[in-house]
Amino acid sequence: MSVQTSRRQFLVGSGALAIGFTLAGPATSAAAAAAASNGLVRVEAVGAPANTTQSWLVLTKKGITVYSGKVELGTGVQTALAQMVVEELRLGVADVDWVQGDTLLSVSQGGTTGSKSIQNGGIQLQQAAATAFQELSHRAAAHFKVTPDQLVAQDGRFSLATRSGHSSGHTVTYKDLLKSGVTVLPLDQTVPLMAANKYVVVGTNVPRVDLPAKMDATFRFLHDVTVPGMLHGRVVRPTGRNSTQPVISNLDRAKAIEGFVDVVQHDRFIGVVATSEWAASVAASPKSGISVSWTTGPKMIAQADLPAAVRDPANHYRSVVEIDDGVAPILATADQVLNSQYFSPFHMHGGMGASTAVADVRRAPDPATGIQATIWSGTQNVTALAGAIAPLLGLAPAAVRVIYVEASGCYGHNGADDCAADAAVLSQAVGKPVRVQWTRQDEHAWEPLGGAQAHDMQGAVGPDGIIAWSHLNYAPTANSRPVDGTPGTLLAGTLMGKLPAPLPSSSVDSSGRNAPVTYDFPQRVEARLLKSFVTTGPTSAAPASPLTYLIPRTTALRSLGGFSNSFANESFFDELAHAGGHDPLELRIASLPDPRAVAVCEALRDVWRTRPPGGDGTGAGVAFHQYEVVNAYVATYAEVRVDPDTGKVTVTRVVVAHDCGLIVNPDGLRNQIEGNVVQGVGRTLKEEVFYTDDRVTSVAWQTSSFNPGPQYEVLRFNEVPAIETILINHTDKPPLGAGEPAIGTIGGAIGNAIFAAIGKRIRTLPFTPDRVKAALTG
Amino acid sequence: MASRKILLNGKRVAAEYQAIGSGDSETSEALLYWLRERFGQQGPRFGCGVSQCGACTVLLDDVPIRSCTRQLHTVDDNAEIRTLDGLSGKRPHPLQREFVELQAGQCAFCANGMIMGSLGWIEGRITAGNHEVPSEAEIEDFLSGATPNGQGNYICRCGTHTRIVAAIRSAAKEMVR
Ligand code: FES
Ligand code: FES
Repeated sequence: MSVQTSRRQFLVGSGALAIGFTLAGPATSAAAAAAASNGLVRVEAVGAPANTTQSWLVLTKKGITVYSGKVELGTGVQTALAQMVVEELRLGVADVDWVQGDTLLSVSQGGTTGSKSIQNGGIQLQQAAATAFQELSHRAAAHFKVTPDQLVAQDGRFSLATRSGHSSGHTVTYKDLLKSGVTVLPLDQTVPLMAANKYVVVGTNVPRVDLPAKMDATFRFLHDVTVPGMLHGRVVRPTGRNSTQPVISNLDRAKAIEGFVDVVQHDRFIGVVATSEWAASVAASPKSGISVSWTTGPKMIAQADLPAAVRDPANHYRSVVEIDDGVAPILATADQVLNSQYFSPFHMHGGMGASTAVADVRRAPDPATGIQATIWSGTQNVTALAGAIAPLLGLAPAAVRVIYVEASGCYGHNGADDCAADAAVLSQAVGKPVRVQWTRQDEHAWEPLGGAQAHDMQGAVGPDGIIAWSHLNYAPTANSRPVDGTPGTLLAGTLMGKLPAPLPSSSVDSSGRNAPVTYDFPQRVEARLLKSFVTTGPTSAAPASPLTYLIPRTTALRSLGGFSNSFANESFFDELAHAGGHDPLELRIASLPDPRAVAVCEALRDVWRTRPPGGDGTGAGVAFHQYEVVNAYVATYAEVRVDPDTGKVTVTRVVVAHDCGLIVNPDGLRNQIEGNVVQGVGRTLKEEVFYTDDRVTSVAWQTSSFNPGPQYEVLRFNEVPAIETILINHTDKPPLGAGEPAIGTIGGAIGNAIFAAIGKRIRTLPFTPDRVKAALTG
Repeated sequence: MASRKILLNGKRVAAEYQAIGSGDSETSEALLYWLRERFGQQGPRFGCGVSQCGACTVLLDDVPIRSCTRQLHTVDDNAEIRTLDGLSGKRPHPLQREFVELQAGQCAFCANGMIMGSLGWIEGRITAGNHEVPSEAEIEDFLSGATPNGQGNYICRCGTHTRIVAAIRSAAKEMVR
């Protein structure tokens, strides 16, 4: 892909920040650039081999190239990361070329997950930029024959400082300094970063660099990637999760379709390849192409049985006490003890675009690079995907190159990796590049899901507040991400008879995220881990062969367990507050030991004081959590209106108070928070995966004659509340991720608002009209 | 192979399209695939393929339609099709400009549907003599598929809704002039 900026502005100040995208082939890798260029500064990973093709950052007189392992997932992180890099280089503003998520060119930064791109990835890139800046300042010092501390840098120039610290007027540009030699150096952790009070780019509303091209259709999404000779593939999935023994018929009918190329079968993996997407779709359709019959396999746990089944010890492989502050004696003797059970269903990512990938798997490796398979994917982790696909194709990991290209927003680990594996398997089979774009039905029926969760809450409250708290959390773990060396972590792998990785040994960073609370009362948190599939023994985490699913595959969905755990925690906190006669917001403030936690709650005081009185079908609620217990702080206020006749809940207003440390881009942050609110309201009021003991049945966005029965409904425009954000900025604190902290507070705030409105506590999500109506009449 | 000639963003173009069957049982290539594969259009996008999200919206004779389910044999020769790819002239269209101005996108995969759908809707109101700037509620209803003769629901999964509505309203102020 060529550079998309309309205006190149390198290393000379003034103007807007713009980012070009480089889909660099091996020939334009940093190493080649080093050979070609007569002057540069290149920062690579500590301990990188001498011939590494991977870099963090390359400055040449032509431009700056940032090699980011963290990728733009549609959240605006690229703009914010570029702000951090440009700031550290003292450029004021500048254009940068951006290479992201390429196993050949960028240093691995792990997955782009868990709202860590700014918090971790940004700091690494800042450090790389500081390393490069130090080299430039050494060159500048040599130029002026002074020491670096006698220089000031601004807008891509060094100048001699006067005694008052200002520029003397004698300057040298970075561009000129870059001509003076080639320096390749490892990222230096010891170079001090710029002081936050000197920031001029970080903290400002730099507009998103990608949006103009996205609005005029010149932006190249993953879905627009084409390579010469590319064919189109469609997968034909089993009818049921555990179906076996596919029998393909009507092959002749498919073969007669113009453009048909081949049907590929490896065990239960079946795909059709054709020269156009339409031909592939017709050839894969049982109406016009091949038909496949399957033998029904063992039953999964049906959705209706789930609340009981998740609590059944026979379905657990492990039980972990995460925290125990010795609450049992308090709960045994307290005067006022409450017990409540909460539940939330499976949710899906449901990306706006269907998962897509292009794979070009050759018969032999490229003699120059050793690359035999190149895969373009919207994955959150190019490195892990390459490592999982390689053994699926029977290739060495170094022979697989995965290149990230931005797809639609993913909100976690969606079908991107599985689709990449589909394309790779089909490409290898036909010996040509193949593009696979899932149908919506493929996506909804087979993407890995956010897990259902159940919570048994117990707590004691007295006149001074909550005195003991227990949270017993039942859930499947997030366990479907691609794992290096384990092809069974990919859907195509399991269909080809490979086994997935063993289930995680704890709920940490998974269903247990935000199960603990950060209030100052003693708590106990225990996780019962639900088997996703039949394992090799009652307490075994290892899959038994052949693989037999007990529930749909589960994985990371925006905030993981944080959504359901905080719904349960914050609803139950409200229950205890009301039982003890406490104001729910004030009790939170009184129970939070951390001043920053207190501050976000206090920021809601004004709106809380003027809330509707409640009891008349309108009401307000609040919720708080600290993301992952140690990261961003969020307090949320929600107002609802409940229709007494239909039970329909309308969320009319949401106010979010948010502290994620240093704010890099306030408007970008607000945009993310607003997205969290809308998606959170949808997950609270509407979203629910429907499935039987055999298959997912919510395979579209709404019910139709083709898909009768409830489908995966998401929030519509006329259901979106007014949203206000209160940002608390700490320029002296590290930036914390903001992609998913806020969503966890939404369920609790709305549930508490419904309680205020109608005096009924509803403990199961989503709050559908039927469920609310039942509570009203019950 | 049958072929179709259309006016695409003001230019006459023609290409073959695939079909099977005939008469009532004819099925043919989706307009979406045809526009993307034969003419390199990348504004209209595949979102759902079942007319439920709006990502594939194009204007067919000035009316927003869902190109994912519109089959080529049902499109008339000489039909006029407008896509996001052809929307900006020398300058961005007010809708495009306001979407950038108000940062009305996260992943912006939905933006095609939002812009082309509201373009057809607002132009349709103007053609019918209605020069009122649509209210927020009217825009929300249109995008929710709650307007009579609307084209169904438009989905934005990232939750950029409030900005999208503001951008459309802001652009509409200029469009009705
Ligand atoms: S792709 Fe056509 S409406 Fe969704
Ligand atoms: S901005 Fe991502 S779907 Fe709307």
